[in-house]
Amino acid sequence: MATLTQPPALPELSTDDLARYSRHLILPEVGMQGQRKLKAAKVLCVGTGGLGSPLAFYLAAAGIGTLGLVDFDVVDASNLQRQIIHSTKDIGRKKLDSAAEKLLALNPALNVVKHETMLSSANALDILKDYDVVADGTDNFPTRYLVNDACVLLGKPNVYGSIFRFEGQASVFATEEGPCYRCLYPEPPPPGLVPSCAEGGVLGILPGLVGVIQATEVIKLILGNGQPLVGRLLLVDALNMRFRELKLRKNRECPVCGDHPTVTQLIDYDQFCGIVPETPQEKNVKNGIPQITVKELKQRLDAGQDVQLIDVREPYEYQIAQIGGKLIPQNDVPQRLAEIDRNREVVVHCKSGGRSQRIAEFLAQNGYPQVSNLAGGILAWSEEIDPKVQKY
Amino acid sequence: MTIFIPTPLRSYVGGTDSISVDAATISEALKGLVQHHPELRRHLFTGEGNLRAFVNLYLNDEDVRYLPAKEATAVTSTDTLSIIPSIAGGD
Repeated sequence: MATLTQPPALPELSTDDLARYSRHLILPEVGMQGQRKLKAAKVLCVGTGGLGSPLAFYLAAAGIGTLGLVDFDVVDASNLQRQIIHSTKDIGRKKLDSAAEKLLALNPALNVVKHETMLSSANALDILKDYDVVADGTDNFPTRYLVNDACVLLGKPNVYGSIFRFEGQASVFATEEGPCYRCLYPEPPPPGLVPSCAEGGVLGILPGLVGVIQATEVIKLILGNGQPLVGRLLLVDALNMRFRELKLRKNRECPVCGDHPTVTQLIDYDQFCGIVPETPQEKNVKNGIPQITVKELKQRLDAGQDVQLIDVREPYEYQIAQIGGKLIPQNDVPQRLAEIDRNREVVVHCKSGGRSQRIAEFLAQNGYPQVSNLAGGILAWSEEIDPKVQKY
Repeated sequence: MTIFIPTPLRSYVGGTDSISVDAATISEALKGLVQHHPELRRHLFTGEGNLRAFVNLYLNDEDVRYLPAKEATAVTSTDTLSIIPSIAGGD
């Protein structure tokens, strides 16, 4: 099983420690020695959001000595449905400050290290190198591959969790004997094919479930006890409350942890994931589809221009907020083309502009001569035109 | 056999989480699946008809890539086939 290199001398437990961790100390699998290992351990949580909240909370409670947090975001009202480390009063505050305050309130002896940055190829190795275990609670493919590759290159276990709607995955990657994230997924999906949580939604409790599984694995790795999730992918289906487990194998052809690695240093992960930085010119036309701003749309509507506004979100989103578009959910569009007039200009919108771009491309492919996409979607409309339009 | 449909693909099969198909091999089962649900095809297969690299298939708890006969592996009605796409959410 995976074991971690321990520092030569483990720290002693204080009188306060003995009282605080008594329920650990009477567990033979933890005991004094285990609790001292936890106190000596340094764990990095990448992200203090849905997964990072319960993860960091439980690790702090369990007596991890040093907890590093990586985040650069601020707390938003829409985070509070699941990011339990942040409170209503923290809206607008840096997530790092909010999280550190809660963790220190829970356990004042904890050493919290704040890394206020976006993890990148330039800084990842430098940040990760000081930690024993890395827990990946990020929310995008480029950072997932970055964390994996950095962990493999540094020889640090990567405690992985990810979520979508009602479904979660967890595993432990990048140990010496086990597979890495790239053994499971050699390539990321093309951008746009897999919706993000912001687009697809997520059950607020799910990151709690998966984040606590990650915290359990971190503790086990440090204690060197139990069977870690190395070489196993745990699947969580919260809707049916079904847990399944799949076997993962180390891929000898893996480009980063295989026998003949081709990735020997960090790469450009945006490029690897097919995310191309926008040039000013491309901002206005994406994949052949003109991008119209909310201000332009407002001006044209106010001027009485004929614009056919199509809303491709789901009916439950329409109930929350709408800006006068005709609702045709994205998956219904192919069957309902007859309802979209080819002879009028079409502007497609959704929540933030991703789904509507794909539908605009679909309409253009189907012979619609004048189709544009509303950049930023209904969120941009709420931000820039009418704050009464509910954000969600 | 039973094919488990992951959340991101359920909207292409009418929202259901599993589908039963009669098939003798894994590739037959997949063929049957996309025949009944043509919208799934582009999510599972490339234009050339190969399985997309970011989609993993598991027969029971084994990765199909590591089965000796791969997609030609024989299946029975009690076997399950899981489609495991990559998800990245966590925030």
